[in-house]
Amino acid sequence: MRSSVIVFPGSNCDRDIAIALEKMQFKNQMVWHKETKLPKSDLVVLPGGFSYGDYLRSGAIAGKSLIIDEVVKAANSGCLILGICNGFQILTETGLLKGTLLRNKNLKFINKDVHIKVMNNNTKFSNKYKNNQLLKINIAHNEGNYFTDPKHLDELNKEGLIAFKYCDEKGNINNGTNPNGSLENIAGILNLKKNILGMMPHPERMIDDIISNKDGINLFSSLLN
Amino acid sequence: MKITAQIVEKHGLKLEEYENIKKLLEREPNFLELGIFSAMWNEHCSYKSSRVHLKKLPTKGKQVIQGPGENAGVIDIGDNDAIIFKIESHNHPSYIEPYQGAATGVGGILRDVFTMGARPIALLNSIHFGAPEHPKTKSLLNGVVSGIGGYGNCIGIPTVAGETKFNDTYNENILVNAMAVGHAKKDKIFYSKAKGLNKSVVYVGSKTGRDGIHGASMASAEFDENSEEKKPTVQVGDPFTEKLLMEACLELMKDNSIISIQDMGAAGLTSSSVEMASKGALGIELDLDKVPCREENMTPYEIMLSESQERMLIILEDGKEKNAKKIFDKWDLDFVVIGKTTNTNKLTLKFNNRIEGEIPIDALASNAPLYNRKWVKKKIQKTRIDLKKLKKIKIEDALIKILSSPNHSNKSWITNQYDQNVMCDTVQKSGSDASIIRIHNKDKAIAVSVDSSANYCKAYPLVGGKQIVCENWRNLITVGAKPLAITNCLNFGNPENKEIMGEFAECLEGIKEACEFLNYPVVSGNVSFYNGTNKKNIYPTPVIGGVGLIKKLSKPLNHNFKKNNSTVILIGKTFGHLEQSCFLKENYSINEGMPPEVNLLNEKNNGETLLKLIDKKLILSSHDVSNGGLITALSEMSIGSEYGIKIFKPKKLTNLYEYFFGEDQARYIVEIETNNLGKIEKILKENNTYYENIGLTQKEFFEIEKELKISTNDLFKINNEWYKNY
Repeated sequence: MRSSVIVFPGSNCDRDIAIALEKMQFKNQMVWHKETKLPKSDLVVLPGGFSYGDYLRSGAIAGKSLIIDEVVKAANSGCLILGICNGFQILTETGLLKGTLLRNKNLKFINKDVHIKVMNNNTKFSNKYKNNQLLKINIAHNEGNYFTDPKHLDELNKEGLIAFKYCDEKGNINNGTNPNGSLENIAGILNLKKNILGMMPHPERMIDDIISNKDGINLFSSLLN
Repeated sequence: MKITAQIVEKHGLKLEEYENIKKLLEREPNFLELGIFSAMWNEHCSYKSSRVHLKKLPTKGKQVIQGPGENAGVIDIGDNDAIIFKIESHNHPSYIEPYQGAATGVGGILRDVFTMGARPIALLNSIHFGAPEHPKTKSLLNGVVSGIGGYGNCIGIPTVAGETKFNDTYNENILVNAMAVGHAKKDKIFYSKAKGLNKSVVYVGSKTGRDGIHGASMASAEFDENSEEKKPTVQVGDPFTEKLLMEACLELMKDNSIISIQDMGAAGLTSSSVEMASKGALGIELDLDKVPCREENMTPYEIMLSESQERMLIILEDGKEKNAKKIFDKWDLDFVVIGKTTNTNKLTLKFNNRIEGEIPIDALASNAPLYNRKWVKKKIQKTRIDLKKLKKIKIEDALIKILSSPNHSNKSWITNQYDQNVMCDTVQKSGSDASIIRIHNKDKAIAVSVDSSANYCKAYPLVGGKQIVCENWRNLITVGAKPLAITNCLNFGNPENKEIMGEFAECLEGIKEACEFLNYPVVSGNVSFYNGTNKKNIYPTPVIGGVGLIKKLSKPLNHNFKKNNSTVILIGKTFGHLEQSCFLKENYSINEGMPPEVNLLNEKNNGETLLKLIDKKLILSSHDVSNGGLITALSEMSIGSEYGIKIFKPKKLTNLYEYFFGEDQARYIVEIETNNLGKIEKILKENNTYYENIGLTQKEFFEIEKELKISTNDLFKINNEWYKNY
């Protein structure tokens, strides 16, 4: 499977995701933001970090970069798109995903391992997980507080477009297990065609037992499936 | 402009120093030249009060590739891998403007490390604040923590370890020390020494603005009630640009274009150009019209003294400009040839085709003032505290008091604001004795820790200096690392005061003795004097940052109890030293007496013996005993674990306060499989290492027979309580 990781100035999880993809046997290429053509890819990843310093608003400037037109085109033709953390923020800025990511409710950057629950395993990104499976996964963000309008929220729920929700180690989903104030504890969402996933947690940080755990591996093996 | 005594004083120079400048120049300096002298001759850049003492520190060893004198220290960790690291203070700017002060402290230390060719892999910090109830503390704390996080998170280097302490000695002068650690190939290290004539001097990075002018001079004076007015001297950080600058520099370093490279830190373009020329025994000519400026009509004086961040000076090999420029263009950074190296041994500054200033390099560097300031030995107070006269308290209550105190309470509310996991090589993060970072793509790792003991250093600087090196050494040992070298950040008061200078001299003597004995050399560091406001000096606060090597990385070792019913051993002798202890401070507000003695022989032997046990995979968990003594250390091993411990009552008729809360040095607690006890005892005896069998782990409860019983969950709550109510 061919993957492309878009590198924006200020991306800082680009190396981490590239290593994860290569470890999982993807044929990966790094694509510089000033490029105007995307190499043939089955998967495009928008990595975490602080693209363009997150100046103006996180993801805002990246959402207007040269390469992004190509990403939008690829998305519309069905290519798989994965946006992690800042990548998720960029996806909402481009309109590929609806809604927005507000500042965390405690107004502070949060880095810790949290639990998330797999809400729909009938997707290209999650078919190797079980429904309601719990994953322990790292988050690191300042703006991860997902918000959208009631109509879209309704659609997310009805169409099974909520990919992951924050919970505790027992799977309880409530205010107390919501790290950043996200609507309905949402940690990741899909578009209607389910070829685009945006998520705040970092699966690329969870592929190695010495560093953390291997809970992120199945996201990548789902894509290969 | 005529240079008056008042102008000289405003530049932080003494009149006799000004006379010396005239002698060196054989004429009066002009305003620009005076500014340059003030930037180079201030305490921060010249180390004029400390050089005499710093020379005594051990800086050599088989493991040392580069000691002090470069942008950072370099050590060898085998297989052509080198670790480059340094700690630096940003105390004064952080007190005036906490967010930007702390952020640019992080930015500055990162540049020191990647300038030498290393990719930074870890950030650490040591931050000291006044009393929590002091009206300024809360906002300073929030600002500093956000600033450290804001910079490190954005640039994408994990902030993996640190310490946060409170003491009213820092009420009017907080400390913010930042440390960066990087990894480079041993055969690809870059230095600042200029070489060759007529080589291009290139300016890269951000544009120059009017921020930070005289920052280094500000850091070389005490504060007074008008310190707030110094805000314009604080620099503003831009981690995004630094990320670009870092990537561009590392990209350029892949080929052989660079002769030498130096970041523009304190005293900006002045100190970077002078240092490069001075080390290479060359001259340097700069065309200041070419310097990229952010603001209009900047004068040569402003350009030379600006401390705008995220800038570098590079001397390039002939014919490499075009390729190098391509790289910086790609990253949208300025790249301008602003001058050349010369054989004049002078710093020559041109502006509008006129020479605006010309100073012999030696006058700025090697002829900078050097003071052997008067100092006096600390008068030691040999008071004995009569324990019998103290009000009786329960062991349990005393422990709770310590665990819930601001200094001992859990600091994850701070460390959770730092990205500790980016780069995917953080094996063990904050909250352990030392953090562990894997060397990328290898199965080895480094351990890092940063430590200070201002109370001990205040009470007896000589012993305090020794103790803090030893504690740092122990922290690396407990995670199974062989300690290799340190960097130090020496935070002290006004060096013109002979008692303060005495604290400095004696602390350094202690650091020297310990480093020598432990083969733990100092490879880089920084001195910060004039920490104080209105003649009130801070406690002497040397901060030690240590790096150790774990040759073969397996499951990381930490301090949490791992199993039920395993044996817990205390390595090292307990004497029951309570003076200067947390026990007396937190429970009785007694701050008198001497710090615990440091026996270097025992430190070395106990530590090396424990390393042997760890190498043989005989240790389940280990922890060093420090502030708060044995019982505090044991409770820390239980907090965050499913297992607690049943502690045996000491057999001998000792005072329980002394036994449980004494802060005797050279001690470790280890958890072992009970059926390995015989094997381990044999090794301990063979190595003449004193040990005691002190308890057995058990599920859920932390317990001393007939004395106390608390669940590990409750201990966790007690330890996390303070911040919730702050």
